[in-house]
Amino acid sequence: MIHSLFLINNAGDLFLEKHWKSVISRSVCDYFFEAREKAVEPDNVPPVIRTPHHYLINIYREKIFFVSVIQTEVPPLFVIEFLHRVAETFQDYFGECSETTIKDNVVIVYELLEEMLDNGFPLATESNILKELIRPPTILRSMVNTITGSSNVGETLPTGQLSTIPWRRAGVKYTNNEAYFDVVEEIDAILDKSGTTVFAEIQGVIEACVKLSGMPDLSLSFMNPRLLDDVSFHPCVRYKRWESERVISFIPPDGNFQLMSYHISAQNLVAIPVYVKQNISFFETGSSGRMDITVGPKQTMGKTVECLVVTVHMPKVVLSANLNATQGTYNYDPVTKILVWDIGKLNPQKLPNLKGSLSLQSGAPKPEENPSLNIDLKIQQLAISGLKVNRLDMYGEKYKPFKGVKYVTKAGKFQVRT
Amino acid sequence: MSNNNVSYNEQVSLESGVDAAQENSSIPASVSGGLFSADYKKNEDLKEMLESNKDSQKLEAMKRIVGLIAKGKNASELFPAVVKNVASKNIELKKLVYVYLVRYAEEQQDLALLSISTFQRALKDPNQLIRASALRVLSSIRVPIIVPIMMLSIKEASTDLSPYVRKTAAHAIQKLYSLDPDQKEHLIEVIEKLLKDKSTLVAGSVVMAFEEVCPERIDLIHKNYRKLCNLLVDVEEWGQVVIIHMLTRYARTQFVSPWREDAVFDENSEKAFYDSEEERKVEQVKPYIMDPDHRLLLRNTKPLFQSRNTAVVMAVSQLYWHLAPKHELNIITKSLVRLLRSHREVQFIVLQNIATMSIQRKGMFEPFMKSFYVRSTDATHIKILKLEILTNLANEANISTILREFQTYVKSQDKAFAAATIQAIGRCATDISEVTDTCLNGLVLLLSNRDETVVAESVVVIKKLLQTQPSQHSDIIKHMAKLFDNITVSMARASILWLMGEYCEHVPKIAPDVLRKMAKTFTSEEDIVKLQTVNLAAKLYLTNSKQTKLLTQYILNLGKYDQNYDIRDRTRFIRQLIVPNEKSGALSKYARRILMAPKPAPVLQSAFKDRDRFQLGTLSHTLNSQAIGYLELSDWPAVAPDQSVRIVEVVEPVKETGAPVHGKSKPGKSSEKFYSDSEEEEEEEEEGSSSEDSSSSSEESESESESEENSDDSNKSSSSQSDSEKKKKTLKNKKLQQQKPDGKDRKQKNGNAVKGESRSESESASESSSSESSSESGSELDSDSDSDSGTDQKKNTRSKPVQSTLVTKVEKKEVSLLDLDDFSPAAVPSPKSSILSPSLLSDLQGLSISPTQSALQASSPVFVPETSHELLHRMTGKGLSAQYRFTRQPCIYGNSMVSLQLTLSNSSDQALENIHISEKSSTGQNIHRFNAIERLEPQASVTVSMGVDFNDSTQAANFQLCTKEDEFSVSIQPAVGELLLPITVSEADFSKEQGKLLGMNESSATITMTPENVSSQSVNRKVVSVANLGVIPSSQENIHRFAGKTVSSGCLVLVSVALKDPDAVITINTERTVMGSMLLRQLKTALTNSDP
Repeated sequence: MIHSLFLINNAGDLFLEKHWKSVISRSVCDYFFEAREKAVEPDNVPPVIRTPHHYLINIYREKIFFVSVIQTEVPPLFVIEFLHRVAETFQDYFGECSETTIKDNVVIVYELLEEMLDNGFPLATESNILKELIRPPTILRSMVNTITGSSNVGETLPTGQLSTIPWRRAGVKYTNNEAYFDVVEEIDAILDKSGTTVFAEIQGVIEACVKLSGMPDLSLSFMNPRLLDDVSFHPCVRYKRWESERVISFIPPDGNFQLMSYHISAQNLVAIPVYVKQNISFFETGSSGRMDITVGPKQTMGKTVECLVVTVHMPKVVLSANLNATQGTYNYDPVTKILVWDIGKLNPQKLPNLKGSLSLQSGAPKPEENPSLNIDLKIQQLAISGLKVNRLDMYGEKYKPFKGVKYVTKAGKFQVRT
Repeated sequence: MSNNNVSYNEQVSLESGVDAAQENSSIPASVSGGLFSADYKKNEDLKEMLESNKDSQKLEAMKRIVGLIAKGKNASELFPAVVKNVASKNIELKKLVYVYLVRYAEEQQDLALLSISTFQRALKDPNQLIRASALRVLSSIRVPIIVPIMMLSIKEASTDLSPYVRKTAAHAIQKLYSLDPDQKEHLIEVIEKLLKDKSTLVAGSVVMAFEEVCPERIDLIHKNYRKLCNLLVDVEEWGQVVIIHMLTRYARTQFVSPWREDAVFDENSEKAFYDSEEERKVEQVKPYIMDPDHRLLLRNTKPLFQSRNTAVVMAVSQLYWHLAPKHELNIITKSLVRLLRSHREVQFIVLQNIATMSIQRKGMFEPFMKSFYVRSTDATHIKILKLEILTNLANEANISTILREFQTYVKSQDKAFAAATIQAIGRCATDISEVTDTCLNGLVLLLSNRDETVVAESVVVIKKLLQTQPSQHSDIIKHMAKLFDNITVSMARASILWLMGEYCEHVPKIAPDVLRKMAKTFTSEEDIVKLQTVNLAAKLYLTNSKQTKLLTQYILNLGKYDQNYDIRDRTRFIRQLIVPNEKSGALSKYARRILMAPKPAPVLQSAFKDRDRFQLGTLSHTLNSQAIGYLELSDWPAVAPDQSVRIVEVVEPVKETGAPVHGKSKPGKSSEKFYSDSEEEEEEEEEGSSSEDSSSSSEESESESESEENSDDSNKSSSSQSDSEKKKKTLKNKKLQQQKPDGKDRKQKNGNAVKGESRSESESASESSSSESSSESGSELDSDSDSDSGTDQKKNTRSKPVQSTLVTKVEKKEVSLLDLDDFSPAAVPSPKSSILSPSLLSDLQGLSISPTQSALQASSPVFVPETSHELLHRMTGKGLSAQYRFTRQPCIYGNSMVSLQLTLSNSSDQALENIHISEKSSTGQNIHRFNAIERLEPQASVTVSMGVDFNDSTQAANFQLCTKEDEFSVSIQPAVGELLLPITVSEADFSKEQGKLLGMNESSATITMTPENVSSQSVNRKVVSVANLGVIPSSQENIHRFAGKTVSSGCLVLVSVALKDPDAVITINTERTVMGSMLLRQLKTALTNSDP
């Protein structure tokens, strides 16, 4: 399956290679560089590239290209999903997945890659198991290791590897038993010029942080499970219970994990929390333009909209922006042509406004299309779909855990066309 | 800096290990920095460290070496020094040595042999992790000499007690095979052995080995097929992908096609419910019975649609696509659309597959059309794929929406994407003849666009479109001629010239002029433009030689001396062809016919048209060319191969009794809306009951088939399984009403039943099954009568008698197969074993407001308003007038439709013919049209009924009411109250449901009642006249309660009016908050109005 892996940074430096079968020369990456150059933007690099003898499947994440070399037929999603899993594991181990952290921890990276893949086929990808095999680096541990000569590599086979619940290790113990669930909903929407919704849907995930001793068996139920239209679960969830009773029943992994993701049926009308009044115009003559954006609350269910950010991808001809924001700060990057207006908290009494002029490259024709606005926002203590967790029960263990549920609504791909 | 590091390291290597902590922190620097110079020196120093007797030093050295390997530097000369450490006690050191060995063993084969004995020893280690990693490294060392040793180790490991070691053995098989393909025969033996393994850990890896070593040995799978199907949900996710792909191929060779009744399912998929008689007839003619093993596969893969792993979801989707009956395909849609939220690369692959699917089956993705709308932040290749899908999905109904969307895209800053949009518009225009003109006009407008690529692309597309119907469009050609001077993109210029030439007869005045201009600029044009100029000249010469003779000759002369040989060739050829001279032969006579021959219009079609030759989800599909190692999916066999090969003789407890994992559950029935669901289930119930009703003979035949299966399976567990499957099915109905007990309790509670099943004799099985069915038949009948009283009244009365008479014979056989349909290992309901919280229970009740539910029963409307609304006035309707009213009855055409009665009258003085609703619906609603009225006499009127699925929104349904001559756009705007159906609940249930719908689901208002409205009757009357709600008997005099559910989604709507003289509080609780607030507003006006 996966033959080799190359990590390449944004500048095109190949900084790590790993081969699971016989060695493939790194010159194979020339085909990738060629495609990279042709694509201009890193996002536009085709995920699958064909070369005379190999196939290159790559992902782009955290400014790093993970380029895998394939020799024979394999489901491309298999490779893509695996590469993302690798990136997530790095993130999990080192806090972030960047060139520097990978270079700093090259030995652990190598040990991880060795465990995750055997002969190109995934062996252990469950972070729980990996962490028992190779302990994540902490400052304290690396100090102790060097003095005592002990290592951060486990000597026995992780218990999870053999059990039917590979995601949980045995003998977990906590003094404070707690289970937290974050219901995070994201609104994906496209609004048109006049503010009408072209398309809107809600995608949600439930992130869990479970620190419970022993082998707890949890079941989570909702007030209104019928809202959930399409769901996908962490492997720990018993699908059958969900099917028959709409209850999420599971033995949780230890620590942080994503319990489920869901989609709210398209039939339900989606509440759009903010409206945007905008007027962007470019003049035929004088190579300048005007911009006027006001954001106001729409259906916020009485909650405050926070972390409001408006991002505008300006046309190439816009040289600079001379604007005045009544609230927050704005920043225009003339290289990437991105205007970011960081508003912060939305005050319904005094609506934030950004107004001013844009100067264009002289002589260039005025852009035909106005740039669309991307909105980012956050509303605490609200699941915009109205989804509510009813209760969480624990079986199998005696103690009484501390339970908590938090709701957050965010803007996902929220775009206003102008 | 590098030198500094080196010297520092040298120092350390001489000093004692006390400084090791410091040293450790300096590794990254030394690894990243010190490689350019002093490579040799550095290695010397590493060698020294490796030879020291301190583990920490060695480890240090190894870490640096691994750093070198990671950077792709050559560290092979350290091999002797490293290989000595292979037997180290320090496990991390050992692992790093392994990493090194695997990397360089191929280059240094002789030295690598030194390490072999260590591995052989480690293979006997009591620690399974050590055994496994020894085997991993041993098999990864690509040294041909040790092939026999590897073979031996693999054989040994394949019988190891630890499944982890066996898994490693399965991986080693592939490694050995790639090293020495001659070992194939021996390896197949090992694979055969490992395929029998019952561990979920091994399954994925061994199937992987099977796929690499011997994918053609499909016979090895037979015996393991059922086991693999049953284990599948518990296998780790990567294994699932591999197994699913293998099973797809397997199933294609072993089962007959389930697509035989394609036509029936395809076209009538929606009607199928209503026209059940018709369908049954077809089935009777050609009974297709799905192999139970085929069904088993489909059923056991279904839960995997919910996997978090995108590769698994894609794999199941392709399995369903290639194996499932066409009418079961819709389940794929939602899961694939969900994947679109994932990473960019995942989107890319998924969109490609959707593009292929959407060509063949538009209907599948059409409801999700909006998910494919393009965002300006998408990557270009994603945008283009989305565009492709949108184009594939376009049909008469949604084309206006799609074109509106395309309009936005055309203006995109991403010019490649804008150009692709124009092509997409062109495709829509050719596919859907209704919009051809609109599209053409739109494209002509684009010709004045400032951007060159957009204009050029438009010209090219217009050219293609005009070829289909040139005569009407001479003005467009003229327009393009005008633009000609401003267009500089050569492809566009060439296209215009070609158009001029081809249709020069339509533009007799302009064409010669264009040629004149071209003659002036000929030398400076691009080659492709020159060629077309020559073409144009030739064509004009033939049609209009008077005006253009000289020009043509001039151009031909220019062409004759052109630098490009193609143009010289063409010129020479054209000259001979058109200019008559003595030498020219017979051909010139036909010149006109040759050049001016009518040319077929180009077909604009999807780039994904022929991708379906590849299995979906494969690399080959993505690349659209066969990848190395691609295994073709065979066609269905005409006759199914022997089924008995899959029967297993050995006793193999299939289900692990360990901790419960998300099980091999009942397949996700509730995938779409749960309305269609309950209908489906109902149907099955009816089937079941009808066969049970019919006679004991049917039961006997059932139990016979059961016993056959049992005698074949000496295997106890599998027989008990098939029993429980059966049981599950017959009890399914019951389950709806009762909550299911937890798995652990279940077994104890039904101890006797389980016992009965586990006896593998055929008699006992038939006994238990017959006793079950007899005990169940009562409740089945109950539920039937329930559903009769429910919303499906009419449907049932229509379809049921037919079923019971016609179906029996075919169905009898099928029942035993359908039984497998829903199977959960031990789903035996026991009414009392409720360990669920009470709120959960009520949740469950809320879950299904299906007719079988006793708690929330649909009731007949309390009040049916007589007022009708005008749909079409007779003046605008040229004599035809139409009025509609809401009947407030459950719609017979579909559960989510609102039933309407339409009164059509003819007030003109001639008869109107063929009154119908046109097929086009501009808005998205699903409309059940009334049958066309062939003739309506003057002054006559007729009443017809129709159904509209308003989707629980008050958005008006717009449609065309057509007569033979005219079309009238009409729209029906439903009042929110008409989108409800009344239900009856007990007062207690009402309050309970209300308790769950608080917060944002509740809206309330206080109003001042007019005195005449205060009486309870008048309140009731007012409320039910506004909304189609059921009145709930109330124990409190001053509180009035009403309940209903929304027609489309079945959400509860609870209304209560509390009178507090003189005020009243109206409270509405519903999940559909928008509907709630609208309803509140209407109730407010109704109750404050003093009108009767």
